[in-house]
Amino acid sequence: MKLEFERFMPKFWEYRDVASGPFRALFDFRKIWKQAVFLCAGVALTPLILMALIDYNVTQKAIESEILLRTSRLVSNERRAISFFLEERKFALDFVVHDNPYDTLKDTARLETILENLKKSLGGFSDLGVIDSSGIQVNYAGSYRLLGVDYRRHDWFRQVMEKGVYISDVFLGLRNAPHFVIALKHLLPNGDSFILRSSLDMERFQKILSQMELEPSGDAVIINRSGVLQTPSRYFHDIFSRIPFAIPDFSSTTQVYQTSDSKGRIYVIGYAYIVDTPFILMVTKQKNELMKPWFKTRLHLVAFLAVSIVGILAVIIGVATYLVNHMYMADQKRVMTLHQVEYANKLASIGRLAAGVAHEINNPLAIINEKAGLIKDILTFRSDCAVDAKFVGLVDSILSSVERCGAITRRLLGFARHMEVRIQKVSIRDIIQDVIGFLGKEAEYKSIVVSADIPEEIPEFESDRGKLQQIFLNLVNNAFAAMNEGGHLKIAVAAVPEKSVSVSVSDDGCGISDADLKRVFEPFFTTKSRTGGTGLGLSITYGLVQELGGDIQVESAVGKGTRFIVTLPLIREPQISEQKKGDVDAGIVG
Amino acid sequence: MRVLLVDDEEQLVSTLAERLELRGIHTAWTTGGEEALERVKTETFDLAVLDVKMPKISGIELKKKLQVLHPAMKFIFLTGHGSEEDFTAGAAEAGSDFYLIKPVRIEALLEKMNEVMRHPGKSI
Repeated sequence: MKLEFERFMPKFWEYRDVASGPFRALFDFRKIWKQAVFLCAGVALTPLILMALIDYNVTQKAIESEILLRTSRLVSNERRAISFFLEERKFALDFVVHDNPYDTLKDTARLETILENLKKSLGGFSDLGVIDSSGIQVNYAGSYRLLGVDYRRHDWFRQVMEKGVYISDVFLGLRNAPHFVIALKHLLPNGDSFILRSSLDMERFQKILSQMELEPSGDAVIINRSGVLQTPSRYFHDIFSRIPFAIPDFSSTTQVYQTSDSKGRIYVIGYAYIVDTPFILMVTKQKNELMKPWFKTRLHLVAFLAVSIVGILAVIIGVATYLVNHMYMADQKRVMTLHQVEYANKLASIGRLAAGVAHEINNPLAIINEKAGLIKDILTFRSDCAVDAKFVGLVDSILSSVERCGAITRRLLGFARHMEVRIQKVSIRDIIQDVIGFLGKEAEYKSIVVSADIPEEIPEFESDRGKLQQIFLNLVNNAFAAMNEGGHLKIAVAAVPEKSVSVSVSDDGCGISDADLKRVFEPFFTTKSRTGGTGLGLSITYGLVQELGGDIQVESAVGKGTRFIVTLPLIREPQISEQKKGDVDAGIVG
Repeated sequence: MRVLLVDDEEQLVSTLAERLELRGIHTAWTTGGEEALERVKTETFDLAVLDVKMPKISGIELKKKLQVLHPAMKFIFLTGHGSEEDFTAGAAEAGSDFYLIKPVRIEALLEKMNEVMRHPGKSI
């Protein structure tokens, strides 16, 4: 898991700057990355989240308003239907008392006929009774034996005598079935009065309620002003029990409000007082059920928001990582260039020092040469000097040593001179022999066998002698460092088709592990940090080969050895920046 | 053949002069340009062997001055600075192909001297 994470970790993440001065990184890459991510995320996500929250609230409020409005309309329509039902029956009774004289109404047969007609035409009527002003039922048409019943002490009788009209609560009565009563007082011309009283069954009443278009969780009931159910309830208690909510305040118009029950369920309640009756129409809906479509939409909204946030964050993190990584790589390149400049300056200083030393040595060498030569001349030319072959041999030995020193100083001077950029015809044979010549003594000390296989047919080609010397010096030095005493170094040159030449430098040293092999040309990568390796040698070599239009490959096996293969073009492609680059390099050297 | 050797290294120039004398070549030597210019006022030389790098008057400057005084004089340069390739370029600048690098073998010097004298056109 950790390895997986490391695979995606940007290069700058674990970077710890330990350098100082100009080699120090210009930026704190982690900090820049964090700032970029947080700033961009803030700018991009804040408006998105704010808009989403606003939209969420506005939509939720709109849906809630719609629910309340719909409930209000439903209750209003239903109230009209119930009012119309009651008014219709009240008017029917009123018509009966106006159309039939009191005496006629006292006729039982006539009263039964009227009842039958009312049942057929309007429905809902279950009996009719005529009660005189003293409270005695003087005529009755219906299923029960109620003729002669004295209602004088009944509350409804007192009310109808006072108000003229009376509609009762729903009650069971003698028939033990829910019903209610409408009673009308009618004044007679002689100043007396009588009451026409009718019981209405609940069947038609409930039919009106059941026709309401309610959601599965909705309920429509009639309650009286004491909160007692007058009709059966789908979800609450039975008829004649109290509703689980407070009795809503009186209002002449339809009202809608929200309340919760003891279980915490929220209800949307619409109610309307039915005027001139004891009834209140009440419609209840469970809010959660009503909001279900919104909850579904809300889920989509939240999912969309979450996907958007994840997407935006992924893009921001990706772009920030890409940019900061490029900054990091550019900075690394800058530091690498500084190191290269420093390295080139160091080499140039060494070159100048070598040239100075060579020059200063050349004059005393010349004196030794001449003095020894003179001794030999004296021994040879003057007859007065006894010629001893041993003396001449010794002088010759001095002269040959002087000549050898002269060759070394000439090579040193030549090497220093070749550090300047100069494109010329070069012989790869000469260059490799020069390099072997330089490092010959070191090879001897380490008992390393150096062999070179350079075919005669390899032609001269145009290149930079100094850079080539540096490339092969670095590779041979590297090979020496990898080998113990008795190692073998082999340099092989071969012509490659398509006008190239390849030079392989192979050793049978310790080799490089696969993991290190991938990074071997990276700047500052070294396995020799303990012994003072800078990690720049192969990186600089790589850069020099690239500058010469060539290519460098490496093959290695741990414990078996390493082979570097440098391929160089025999025909040089013109480089636009060459002159400029040459000037810069010459400036560094000079 | 009369040869003038000029080099700021006295030990070198005196020894070289002695060696040439041993070979039968009349040789005079000085350790500076001014001294050489004085010398040529009283003596005539066929050839001058000059060190390139000398204090006050360099070998190349001295050659120009000597040429004014003795147009027929030939020149060979000696130097302890640089490689043969450098001197090829330096010789072209100085108008002469005859450069030798210190330390020089006496045989090489004699050979070069003979060459110069055989091809007078090579030296201006």
